[in-house]
Amino acid sequence: MKMTTPIVAAMVFGASMALTATFSGPAQAGEPVELAAMTEMAKPLTDQAGDPATGKKVFSNRKLGNCLACHSLQAMKEQPFHGEVAPPLDGVASRYSIAELRLRVANPKAINPETQMPAYFRKDGLHRVMDKFKDKTILTAQQVEDLVAYLGTLKEE
Amino acid sequence: MGKTPSKLILAGCLALTACFAGKAFAADKKWGQYQVEDRRSGYTFAAPETRAMQDDNFQNPGMLWAEIGEELWEKTEGEAGKACASCHNGPETMKGVAVSYPKYVAEKKNLENLEQRINRCRTDNMKAKPWKYESKELLGMTVFVRNQSLGMPMNVKVDGEYAPFFEKGKAFYEQRRGQLDLACKHCHEDFEGGQLRANILSQGQGNGFPVYRLKWSGVGSLHRRFRGCNKQVRSKPYGYGSDEYLALELYVMWRGRGLPVETPAVRN
Repeated sequence: MKMTTPIVAAMVFGASMALTATFSGPAQAGEPVELAAMTEMAKPLTDQAGDPATGKKVFSNRKLGNCLACHSLQAMKEQPFHGEVAPPLDGVASRYSIAELRLRVANPKAINPETQMPAYFRKDGLHRVMDKFKDKTILTAQQVEDLVAYLGTLKEE
Repeated sequence: MGKTPSKLILAGCLALTACFAGKAFAADKKWGQYQVEDRRSGYTFAAPETRAMQDDNFQNPGMLWAEIGEELWEKTEGEAGKACASCHNGPETMKGVAVSYPKYVAEKKNLENLEQRINRCRTDNMKAKPWKYESKELLGMTVFVRNQSLGMPMNVKVDGEYAPFFEKGKAFYEQRRGQLDLACKHCHEDFEGGQLRANILSQGQGNGFPVYRLKWSGVGSLHRRFRGCNKQVRSKPYGYGSDEYLALELYVMWRGRGLPVETPAVRN
């Protein structure tokens, strides 16, 4: 499946970053500082452009994105009980590009291996996944694209 | 001339400092026995009405399970023709027992929790059938026995023979699992006190178990809660009484060392 290629790359980079952080310690003066090996995922996961309206449903559906479990979003204040353990998503598209948002949804561990945020498009390297979710990603490729398209509408006013 | 402005400001600052210091002290003491150093019982994360329910024995629905246990304590069962009371006399002899479970059992070369200890008494001493995990009988007896230690500080052993089990439990606690790729520590250490949708994340302490859970409309064991947590991160749960959960139980009870036994606690 061609779509998994960027994920594999992301995981490999994520792992190498973790090793760097663990074994080499803080950067010394004069030593070249390795910046985050991967900050974005430019290539869409599907040929079909993401649909923000569908993405909005993916965002709030508790069995899909369930983004409000951890994040809050004023634009969805009609929904009760927003989480507050992760950064608010208001204006997130003014802070990150679509390519950056895509990587943050698909595999945030490529940016921060210690993050609590699940990787929504990754099925390798997981421990004891329930049978019914085994070898499946949390979201389909199209759902990721739809979600990213919705996030892309969340510009600062 | 009266007080200079600078003196007034100084006095104001001092008063303010005293006020803040007093407040901080009050916050530390706020939870009484339910907080030991930075360890906080789930009681301190529960809603006031949930706490009130636990505080009043007549309102606490978990006490119905304690009553089941109380009746069974006297009931003769099995080929040996014994009841718990035949060997242990009154239930007050169980005071202080709960605080040290799970315990290492040399002949098993393994840990044993209170549920399993009760069942071993049934099979070995009473020659009776063991109760099923999560049956009202086993929950009832476990609640009844633990309730005899109400308010006593939890104090499990983690050294000597316990050390490898402790390490195993700690490793479990820190291992990411399931499709959501979360470890116990991510919610119960990193996000303790945080709002996760409609829920406030607690420290995941075990001192109140078996608990009456409003969501369950009944009492459930710690292993049932482990299973629920594992399934929530879309991970395959382990079995009731499994080695994995016994080790995790030891680690979780150690995390709550010094917190009072609250069984049956009430949680949402």
